Amino acid sequence: MSTGSVEVIYRGIFQKTLAKNICRGIVLAARREGKIGIAFGRYGDSPERNGIPAKQFAVVSDNSEELEEHLAKYEPDNNDVTIVVDDALCKGVESWAWYGLQPINKLLADGGTLVVTSTQSANKLIKTVHCKGAPYNLAIVKSPASFSGLWVYKDDHTDVRLLGALTKVAPQIVSLESMLEAIKEQWKDDLKVASAKKAYNAVESTPVGADQGNDEVPFSFDLPGWTKMEEGLVIRGMDAKPQDVPGRDGGYVPTRNETFKKFSTRTMRPVINFDTCTKCTLCWLNCPDTCFDITPDGFYDANMEACCGCGVCEAVCPVNECVTMVNEEAFENHDSQWEMWGKDKEGYLAWLSEKITHLPARSHGFHHVGQYAEEIADDPA
Amino acid sequence: MTPPDLAVAEKIDGPSGETEELISGSEAIAHACRLADVDVITAYPIRPYDTVMQYVSQMISNGDFDCEFIVAESEHSQFEIVKHASVVGARVFCGSSGVGWFYAFEALAVTAGLRVPMVAMVGNRALDDPGAFGVEHNDALAVRDLGWMLNWVSTAQEALDTALIAYRVAEDPRVSLPCAISCDGAFLTHSQTLVKVPAQETVDSFLPPYDRAEKQLHPDNPITIAPQVNEDWLMEMRRQNDMAMRRARGVIIEAYEDFNAKFGRSGEPFIERYMMDDAEIALVGMGTLAMPVRVAVRKMREQGKKVGFVRVRWFRPFPTIELQDVLGRVHAVGVIDRDYSFGSAFHSGVLATEVRSALYPMENPPKIISFIAGLGGREVNADNVIEMADMAFDAAGGGDINDQDTHWIGVRE
Repeated sequence: MSTGSVEVIYRGIFQKTLAKNICRGIVLAARREGKIGIAFGRYGDSPERNGIPAKQFAVVSDNSEELEEHLAKYEPDNNDVTIVVDDALCKGVESWAWYGLQPINKLLADGGTLVVTSTQSANKLIKTVHCKGAPYNLAIVKSPASFSGLWVYKDDHTDVRLLGALTKVAPQIVSLESMLEAIKEQWKDDLKVASAKKAYNAVESTPVGADQGNDEVPFSFDLPGWTKMEEGLVIRGMDAKPQDVPGRDGGYVPTRNETFKKFSTRTMRPVINFDTCTKCTLCWLNCPDTCFDITPDGFYDANMEACCGCGVCEAVCPVNECVTMVNEEAFENHDSQWEMWGKDKEGYLAWLSEKITHLPARSHGFHHVGQYAEEIADDPA
Repeated sequence: MTPPDLAVAEKIDGPSGETEELISGSEAIAHACRLADVDVITAYPIRPYDTVMQYVSQMISNGDFDCEFIVAESEHSQFEIVKHASVVGARVFCGSSGVGWFYAFEALAVTAGLRVPMVAMVGNRALDDPGAFGVEHNDALAVRDLGWMLNWVSTAQEALDTALIAYRVAEDPRVSLPCAISCDGAFLTHSQTLVKVPAQETVDSFLPPYDRAEKQLHPDNPITIAPQVNEDWLMEMRRQNDMAMRRARGVIIEAYEDFNAKFGRSGEPFIERYMMDDAEIALVGMGTLAMPVRVAVRKMREQGKKVGFVRVRWFRPFPTIELQDVLGRVHAVGVIDRDYSFGSAFHSGVLATEVRSALYPMENPPKIISFIAGLGGREVNADNVIEMADMAFDAAGGGDINDQDTHWIGVRE
C-alpha cells in the first residue's frame, strides 16, 4: 500500500498549462502501473492572474482507501516532491486569497525532494529558501523559468524534463519506464521522450540540512474568531501618521497592511536612480499597487514588500535611466533603495550599475512578431 | 370578539395629530416611508408592488416627502443602488414582487450578508407562470435562509405600523439586518381600508435617525466593506449573521413594547392568537388568510367547536417559543400554506415544514396536518377553512386523517 503526492508551484497564466501537464503526466503515467490518482489546482488560487504564485497537485495511490484520505482538501500537506518551475518562487509563496507568506518547502515531507528549474547553483538557491527544520533534498533541473504567453503554450519540453527528473527523485511514485510510455502516448513525440530521459540522467540531488537556508521567520498572524471580528464585513483602513508625509497637515493618509505583502508575485523589480529623478510623481500615481513611499525629501521609494514587479513605473517614467526593471534573481533582500542612496551616493550608483546588468528575461508572452523564432534560436537546448 | 386587525375601524383615542385615511396597504407603506423620512428609494415596476412607487412619487411631487427617488433599469439595479446608499448612511426603501424579487436575488443575498439594514416591501405574487399575478408567498420565502428578517401583515394598518417597526429593528446596531414586509397581492396592496396615519412627532419619538456610526462608508472614516474572503473567514462571518438574527428577537420585542406605548396599538410581536385560550385545535397561517379563517372560526365557535387561529406575523426570526407555547396546548394543528415546496417532507408547504420542525422536540406534540390553499391568488373562503378545521378535529379525535401527506384545498379535481 502506498500513496505519493507531488506539489507543483508555478506562476499564474504563464505557467498554468505547464503545471497542468506535469500533474496530469504523473497521474497518467502512474495509471500504467495500475495506480489511481487525481490532479487538481488549489481552489483559492487565481491562476489567470499574471505571475501570481499558484499550485497544482498530483496524488497517486495503489488503493482507493488511501487516496481518499487526500481528497476534499485544498492542499495535500505532506508532499513527497515539490516542483518549482520558477526559481524566484523559492523566496516564498503568497498566492491570491492567501494570507501570509508560505515557505516554498512548507508542504514538503521531511526527507522529500524540492525540484527547481534554475540556472543558479544549489548553494546559492538554498540560501533563498526558508530553513525547513528537517532535512530534505534539493534537485535542480538546469533551465531558465519557462514562461509561455497568454494564449499559447511554449512547448520547450520543460514539462517532460520535470516528469523525467521526478521519476529519478521519487521512483516510488512512478517509474521512468511508465513515464516514458505515458509521454509517448500523450504527445506522440519521440523528442519529448528523449528530453525526459535526458533530464532523468542529468538531475542530481543535493541533501539540505535541517538548519540550512534563509533563517528569517516568515511573517504570520492569527485569524480572529467571530466574536473578535468587526461585524458587517467591515475592514478598517490603517491610518498613517500625517507627519510621516511631507506637505501633509492632517487628513487621512493610507498605509500598508503589514500582513498582506505581495512581493512573491514579482519576477523583476524596479531600481531607481535618484540622481536623475525629477520628482514628477508619475511612478507614484500610476503604480497599481500603491507601492511608492513618499520620502521626506520628496522622492518616491518603491517598497519592495508591496511591489508586484509589473513594470508600470518604468514604462511611465519620462526620464531616461531613472527607473529600470531588473531580474529579481539579482536581489537578496527588500531594503529601501532610497535609504541606501542616502547613506552612500557613490556606493549606491555602483550597486545600481551592477544590478542593471541583470536585465529581466521579459518572456511573459511574446511582444513582437518573430520573437518566438528568436527565442528558440538562442536556446542552447 | 372583534377581529383584532379590524379594531382600528373603531374610534380609539390615538396620540394627537393622528389622522384617519382610507388607503390601501401599498399607500400605507408609502406613508411609512414618508414618516420614516427615508432618504433613497429605488423603483422598478411590477404588479402588485408598483403601487407603492406610484404613491411615493405622488407624495414627492406634492411636496409632502423629500427623498431621492431613482427609477432603476431592473430589480437587480434597484436593490444594488439602495444597498450602496445604505452603507454611506442613507435610510433606504425598496421593494418588488414575484419574479422581480427573484431577478434581484444576487443583490438580496449579499444585502443580508453585508448586514445592510434595508427595509423592503414584497407585494406577494405568484412566480409568473404564466404571467400570474395573484398572491403566493413563495417569492418572499425564497430569502428565508439568507439573513433577511421576514414578516407578513394582514391589514394596511399593520403594514404601516410594521414598516416603522422594521426600520427600528433593522437599523438597531445589535441587529443590522434587512427586513422584508410581505403584503398579499390584491387583498392588501389593492384594497383600501381605514388606517390611522400617525403624526410625524410620534414617529420621531419612536424611530431614531439612521446612524451607522463607525460603519459609515465615508472619506473621513476609511473602511472597506466586504473585501474578498474565502474559507478562512466566511464561516466566522456567517456565525456573526446567525447571532444578529438571534439578537433580533429581543430587539423586536422591545420595539413592539415601545410602539404600543407611543401609538397605543401593536399587539403581540411574533404571532396573533385568535380564540386560542380554550382551543382544542388550531389553524396556523400568514397574511390576509386571517380574514376568512377568523370568519370560519367564529362560525364554528357558534356551533361549539373549540377552534382557534394563530397568525404567524414574523417568519424570520421564527417564533419557535411562541408556537411551542400556543400550539403545545392543542391536540391538532392545521397549517395552511399559501406557498408550495415541491418534493419536501410530506409534500408540505414551507410554513408547515417549519412548524413541524419547531414542535418536534416537544414532549407531547400535537398532530400536524398540512394544507395548501389559495395559490395563484385563489380566494380562500370560510367553507374552505371549515373543511380544514374539520380535518384537524378528526385528527385530534384519532380519526384516520393522513398527517403524513399534504391536503390541497379548493383545487379542482
